Amino acid sequence: MNGYNFAYLDEQTKRMIRRALLKAVAIPGHQVPFGSREMPLPYGWGTGGIQVTASVLGADDTLKVIDQGADDTTNAVSIRRFFARTAGVATTTDTEQATIIQTRHRIPEKKLREDQIIVYQVPQPEPLFKLESSRAETRRMHALAEYGAMHVRLYEDITRFGQVAISYDYPVMVGGRFLMAPSPIPAFDNPKMHMMPALQLFGAGREKRIYAIPPYTEVRSLDFEDHPFRTTRAPHRCALCNADNSYLDEVVTDDRGGRMFVCSDTDHCETRQEAGHAGTGEALVREAPVGSAARGGGMKP
Amino acid sequence: MAYVAVKGGERAIDNAHAWLAEERRGDPSVPEVCVAQIGAQLGRAVDRVMAEGSLYDPELAAVAVKQSQGDLIEAAFLLRAYRTTLPRFGYSTPLDTAAMRVRRRVSAVYKDLPGGQVLGPTYDYTHRLLDFALAADGTPPPPAPRAEAEAATMPRVSDILRGEDLIEGDGPRETDREPTDLTREPLGFPASRDARLQALARGDEGFLLAMGYSTQRGWGGSHPFVGEVRLGEVAVEIVPPELGFAIDIGDVTLTECQMINQFKGSKTKPPQFTRGYGLVFGHAERKAMGMALVDRAMRHDEFGEEATAPAQNVEFILYHSDNIEGTGFVEHLKLPHYVDFQSELETIRRMRREAEVALHE
Repeated sequence: MNGYNFAYLDEQTKRMIRRALLKAVAIPGHQVPFGSREMPLPYGWGTGGIQVTASVLGADDTLKVIDQGADDTTNAVSIRRFFARTAGVATTTDTEQATIIQTRHRIPEKKLREDQIIVYQVPQPEPLFKLESSRAETRRMHALAEYGAMHVRLYEDITRFGQVAISYDYPVMVGGRFLMAPSPIPAFDNPKMHMMPALQLFGAGREKRIYAIPPYTEVRSLDFEDHPFRTTRAPHRCALCNADNSYLDEVVTDDRGGRMFVCSDTDHCETRQEAGHAGTGEALVREAPVGSAARGGGMKP
Repeated sequence: MAYVAVKGGERAIDNAHAWLAEERRGDPSVPEVCVAQIGAQLGRAVDRVMAEGSLYDPELAAVAVKQSQGDLIEAAFLLRAYRTTLPRFGYSTPLDTAAMRVRRRVSAVYKDLPGGQVLGPTYDYTHRLLDFALAADGTPPPPAPRAEAEAATMPRVSDILRGEDLIEGDGPRETDREPTDLTREPLGFPASRDARLQALARGDEGFLLAMGYSTQRGWGGSHPFVGEVRLGEVAVEIVPPELGFAIDIGDVTLTECQMINQFKGSKTKPPQFTRGYGLVFGHAERKAMGMALVDRAMRHDEFGEEATAPAQNVEFILYHSDNIEGTGFVEHLKLPHYVDFQSELETIRRMRREAEVALHE
C-alpha cells in the first residue's frame, strides 16, 4: 500500500517484536513486555495479534484469519483485509493452505502442521489477574512459580459446585514451569495446544505482552488427580455436517426455544459438507414449555 | 426458520462504512464545516485531541475532529494511529516555560507577583447564560482591547518560593539517559516520574479530573493550592547531533499548572511545600490541574505518606488513564463472543443438571 511499509509496521518495529518473539519462544509461556504500537484498529480488536502477524509475515505467506472459528465474522474480514491491503499477501479460508493463522477465541479443528504458525489475539495475558490485580505482584509470583492461589481457586470451585466452573480461558501450565492464559478459547480447545506441531504465538497489544509455545511443548490444563480436567461441548451433532466431535455454536432459530447447533469452525464444516457429510438441517425444539425451562436444557430433534 | 451459515460480513462492512460517511456529512443542503473553521472556532476540541492524541498538529487534529463527527476520543485515536507511523528523530531540550509568551497566568497564592496576574481569555467569570445570538448568524465581536506585552520573562511561582527554600526544587536533571517514551517501551514498575508524567499528559481529561477531584474529597488528600496556572506559547528547541547546539523548531501552545502542597516534614526533611505538576498541549486548564493533583498524590512514597486512595495507586492510575486503551477494551465487548458464551452455556447447563440430580437424590 502506498505510503506504508510491508504489513504496515516499519522494519525497526518488526525487529523489536521479533526479538520479543525469540525471547518468548526461548522461555515458553513467559510473558515478554514489548513496545506495543498504536495500530489503526482499536485495542481489543486484535492489535497484539496483528503486530505479531505483521512481524512474522512474508510476501509468500498465505494468511487465514478467524474470529470465533469463522472466517466471515466482521472482525476476521476486517483483519484479513488489513493484511491483504498493507502486505498484499494471499489469503485463504482453508486451514490446510494457510501458513499463518491469526485467531480470536478458537483453535481450528484440523490438526495444525509444523510448517504453520498460529497467532492468538489475547485480551488479558495475565492468568492471575482475577486473583491479584497488581501486575508488579503477579510478575513476582511468576518468577517464583507461586501458583498456589490458582489451585486454591480451582479447589474452591470444586467444593462449591463439584467441578471447576471455568469454561474458557482455562489456565494451563506450559513446559511445567509457567502458568499461562490460553486466551479466551473454550476449554474444549485446550488439549489441542499440547504437543502441537505448529508454533503458537500470543500477542496482547493493549497489555503490551507477547508469549509463545514452541512446537511439541507440553501444555497441561490445570487440574487435580481426583478431578481431572474435562472439556465441554454441546452434546449434539452439527446440523449442517453431522460432526459429533467439533465445537458447536448454538443458533437461536425462533422465540419458542428452537435451537440449531452448527460447527463454530466454518472451514471444517464446509470441508465436511463438500466431502458428502450432511446434517439434518433441522433446528431442535425444546422438550418442555419455556415456563419450566428450569428443568434444564434438554433438547430433542 | 432455516439457518444459513452467516455470510456477508464483507458486504456488511462496506455498507456500514457507506452509511457512516453519509451520516458524517449530514444534510447536504447544509454547508459543510471546513477544517479551518474547526481549528478557529472549536479550538478547545482541537487542543484536547492533540493532548490525548499526543501529537502537536492543530490542522490534523481538526481533520480528526471533522472525521469523527466531534467524537473527541475517536479523534484522538485517529491522531495516535497516524502518529505511530512517524519516525522519532529525537527529543527536545527542556522547555523553558518561564520564557513563555503568556496569554494567561493566574496565581492563587499571591495577590500580586512578578509578571502580575493576567486573566486572559477565560470562561472563569462568564455567566453561563446561553447566548441565543449565537444561534443566529452572528456578527464578529468587536476587537478586544490590546496592551503592550511585558517584555520581561515571567518567573514561575515555584522559583519565587524556592528563594526561601520553602518549596522543594526541581531535583537534579537526569542527563545520563534518554527520557522514557511509553509509545516505544512498555510501562514498567516502579515507574519513573517522567514515565508517569508522560502517561498523565496523554491521559483522559475526564479520568484525571475525577481522580484529582477525589484527592480533594479525602481520598488521598494533599491540601493543594494553585501556585499558578499559565497558558501561552513556548519555543521548542532540539540539539541536532551534527550541529551540537540548540535550534528553535517552532512554538507550541501549552497549559502549565504548578500545584503547591503541604508537607509536614519528616525525620530527615524539615517542613517544606511540595509540588504537583501538570503540563498539557493547548488550552487545557482542567486537565493540567487534575494532572498536577494526581502527580502529587502518586508521589506519596517520597514523603512517607500512607497510600490508601485510588489516586495514590501508581499502577491503578497509569493503567487506566489512557482513554484509547480504555475505550478499545470496553467497546471490544461488542465483538462476537459466541464461543466463550457457548462454553458458559454448556457449563451452566451441566452444573444445573448435576444440581438437579443431587436435589432429587
